[in-house]
Amino acid sequence: MSNQPSLPSIEELPDGNGRRLFLRAFTASLGAGLLGANRVAAQTAVTQTFRVGLTPAFVHDQHALMADWRRYLESRLGVTVEFVPRNSYRESMDLLHQGRLDFAWLCVYPFLYLKDLVRLLAVPLNQGRPYYRSYLLVAADDQRRNSMADLKGAAFAYSDVYSNTGYLVPRYQVRQLGEDPNTFFRKTFFTWSHRKAVEAVAAGMADGAAMDSFVWDTLKQVKPELTGRTRIIGASPEYGFPPFVAHRSVSASDYGAMQRVLFGMQNDADGRQLLERLNLTGFIVGERRLYDGVVTMMRAFGEY
Amino acid sequence: MRQFFDLSFRHKIPLWGGALIVVSAVAVSGGLIFRAYEHLKQDLVISSESLGYTLANTLFPVLLHDDAWRAFELVRAPFHEDRPEQPLEPKAIFVVDRDLKVLVSSMPRSMPLLAELGSLGADYSQLAHALAAANSDVAGVYEFPGSDHLYVTIPVAEKDERLGTLVVTHSKHVFLPRFYGFALGGAGMGALVLAILLPLNWYWGRRMAEPLVQLAHGMSEIVHGAPADLSPDLYSFSDELGQLFAAYRAAAAEIRQKSALEREVMQSERLAAVGRLAAGIAHEVNNPLGGMLMALDTLKQRGPLDPATARTVALLERGLQQITETVGALLVQARVQARALNRQDFEDIHTLIEPQATRKALQVAFDIDIAESLPLPAGFVRQVLINLLLNAIEATPPGGRVRVDARESDGQLALLVANTGEPPPPEILAHLFEPFVSGREGGHGLGLWVSYQTVSQLGGRIAVECRDGEVRFLIHLPLRSEAPALTKVGAGATALETENPT
Repeated sequence: MSNQPSLPSIEELPDGNGRRLFLRAFTASLGAGLLGANRVAAQTAVTQTFRVGLTPAFVHDQHALMADWRRYLESRLGVTVEFVPRNSYRESMDLLHQGRLDFAWLCVYPFLYLKDLVRLLAVPLNQGRPYYRSYLLVAADDQRRNSMADLKGAAFAYSDVYSNTGYLVPRYQVRQLGEDPNTFFRKTFFTWSHRKAVEAVAAGMADGAAMDSFVWDTLKQVKPELTGRTRIIGASPEYGFPPFVAHRSVSASDYGAMQRVLFGMQNDADGRQLLERLNLTGFIVGERRLYDGVVTMMRAFGEY
Repeated sequence: MRQFFDLSFRHKIPLWGGALIVVSAVAVSGGLIFRAYEHLKQDLVISSESLGYTLANTLFPVLLHDDAWRAFELVRAPFHEDRPEQPLEPKAIFVVDRDLKVLVSSMPRSMPLLAELGSLGADYSQLAHALAAANSDVAGVYEFPGSDHLYVTIPVAEKDERLGTLVVTHSKHVFLPRFYGFALGGAGMGALVLAILLPLNWYWGRRMAEPLVQLAHGMSEIVHGAPADLSPDLYSFSDELGQLFAAYRAAAAEIRQKSALEREVMQSERLAAVGRLAAGIAHEVNNPLGGMLMALDTLKQRGPLDPATARTVALLERGLQQITETVGALLVQARVQARALNRQDFEDIHTLIEPQATRKALQVAFDIDIAESLPLPAGFVRQVLINLLLNAIEATPPGGRVRVDARESDGQLALLVANTGEPPPPEILAHLFEPFVSGREGGHGLGLWVSYQTVSQLGGRIAVECRDGEVRFLIHLPLRSEAPALTKVGAGATALETENPT
C-alpha cells in the first residue's frame, strides 16, 4: 500500500488530526496505525464497495435520510457505500452468513446470536448513552391493561423472531410471571418491524406489543399521530444499544476507516445534522459486556 | 266522472295531455331510478367479488402460514383513510375460518382476532347463521332485512383446501346517498321534462281546442241563420280540422248571403206593399181634395167675403195645399222621358249643389267614369242623385267630405254617394227607405222613399252601408238598349209628377 494521496481523504487531513487524537482514546485496543488505515481507505476508493446492512433496529425506512447518510459516508470513506435494507433480522443475518455484507446495524439479539461471525464496530449513543429499553405498548384508549400480567389472553404483536426488545424481552417478562410465553397470549404474530408493531397496536390488531424504546422515541418525533394512538405501560431495564458490527472478514483497515467515520460524525456539521435526523448523539466503541443482560435472557431460553 | 267527460275540449285536451305526460314522466323516471338501484347494487357486487377473489387468492398462502400481520396489511390495503368514503369502497373486509372465528379483519377493534362471528352483534349473528347453512364453496351475496349492510362472501380456498370465508361488507349508508343522488337526478330530469312538456301541451291543447270550440259555437248559430265568420287565422292548416273549418266557412258564407238576400227581398216586398198602400190612399185622397180646392176657389170668386170667413177659407186652402203636396210626394210616378243621361247631367248636379256645400265648407268630389251617353232617363237619375246629395250635405258636419262615383260595369250603372257624417242608428237604418222615417229633425222622411221608388221603377237596387267612416248609398241601375219603359209603383198608382221632392 503506498502513501499516494487520494483527494477526498487527504483534504481532510489537517482537520482530521485533532479527530485522530480524539479517536485514539476510544480505539486503542485496535492497535492499528490510523494514518495507514486512512491511506488504505483512500486508496481503495476507486474500486471498493462497503455493503452495509440496515435492519429495523432503527427507523430504516426514511429514504431521504438514508440517501443523505450514504452520500456522507461515501464522501468521508472515499469508497462506494451500498445500503442493504432488510425487513427481517433473519435476512440480514443470512446475508452476513453468506459474506454478502461488510457491515450491519443489527439488533442485539442477532449480534449475540451470530457470535464470532461479526465484530462489534461501534455502539450508537441514544440521548448520549449507549442504552435502550423495551417498551410495552397498549392502545391509547385501553385503560384496562397496565402491565404484562394484564395482557394474558390478549393478541400480542412481536416485531421479529430475532428482536431483543420486540421478542426476547416480552417472552422473558412473561416467563418471569411464571407463565409459558407460548400459551400466555391468545394469539401472537410478527410484524417484522417495530414501527409496524406500533401500527398493529394502534389499529387494534394487537392488544399489546413490545418494542425498541429508541424506535418508539424516534417515531414519536417523526410520526406523533401514530405513537399518540398507543400508550406505554411498561419499560424494561436498560440494555446495550443495537450495535454496528463488521463482518469478521473485513480488513482491519476498512474496520478502522468505518469506525473513524462513524465516530467522527459528531465532529462536523453534516455529521451532526445526520445524527440529529437519526435521533442519535454519536457513536462510541462499546464493549461486549454492555449486552450481558441480553445474554442472561437468551440463556434462560437456552439460546446462548 | 260524467261531468269530467262533458268538459269543454278547452279544458279536456290540456288535462288529458297533462295527465298522460305526468304518468309517462313518473313511469320513466321511476323505472330509471329502480334500474339505477339495481345497477348500483350489481356494480357493488361485481366490484366486491373481483376485489374479494383477488384478496382471497393472495390471502390463502398468508393465512396458511398464520402470518396475521401480513394478512391484516392485505385486507387493509383497499382502504384509504385519508379519502372520503367511496360508494363502491367496502366498509370492512374480514376472513372467518371454518368455525366462523375471525382470522383477520380490517376493523380489528370491533372484530378482534379469533372472536366468534356470531358474538359480534345482530348483523354478524345473522351472517354467521347464513354462512353456516350455505354452501361456502361459492361466492354469495347476503342482505338482511333491517340491516344496513350488504355482504359479499368469497371462499378462501385452493383446490380442496378451504381455510375459511372472506367477507366484504358494504354499508348501505354509503351507497344509498349515491342512489338518492341518482334518484334525485332522475326526478330532476322528470321535473324538467314536465316543465317543458306541460306548457307545450297546454299551448297545443288550447291551440287545438280553440278552433273546435269556435266551430261548435258557430255550428250552433247556424240554426238561427246567423253563423259568425271565423277568422282563417284561427286554424290555418289543411288537416282534417282545417278542412272542417273551410267547409264551415263556405257554408256560413252561403247561409249569410242567403239570409241577406231574404232580408232584402222581404224589405222590397214590404216597401212595395207600403208603396201600394200609400198610392192607394193618395189616389183616394186626391179626388175629393181636388173637389174641395175647386169649391174653395169658387167660393172666393163669388164675391167679397167677410174678413173672418176669408181667414177661415185661407186657412182651409193652405191646409188642403199641404195635403196635396204630401199626397203628391207619396205618389211617385216616373214620367216618360226621352232624353238619355249624359256626363253634362253630373256637371249640372255638381253646379246645383255647390252653394249648399260651400256654406258648410264641405269638400265635394265627383268621379265620373262613364260613356258620354247612357240609356237611362236623365231626369230620374238627376232627381235621385240630387236627393241623395242634399241628404248627404245635410248629414255631414262642417269640414267633412262628400263624394260621388259613377261607374259602368256589367251592363249596369253603379252610383255611389258617400259622406263622412255620423252613421244613422241601426233602428233607423233598417227602415231607412220607408216613408216618414227620418234620421234628422225637420225632414218628413219622404226623400229616400222617393229615391227608392224611383230606382225600383228603373229596375235597379239601392242600398246603404256604413264603411270606412263613411255612409255610402249604392245604386245599381241596369242599362237597356231600348228606351226605358216605366213601370208603375204598385197597382193603381196614378201618374203624378214629383219633380221636387223634399
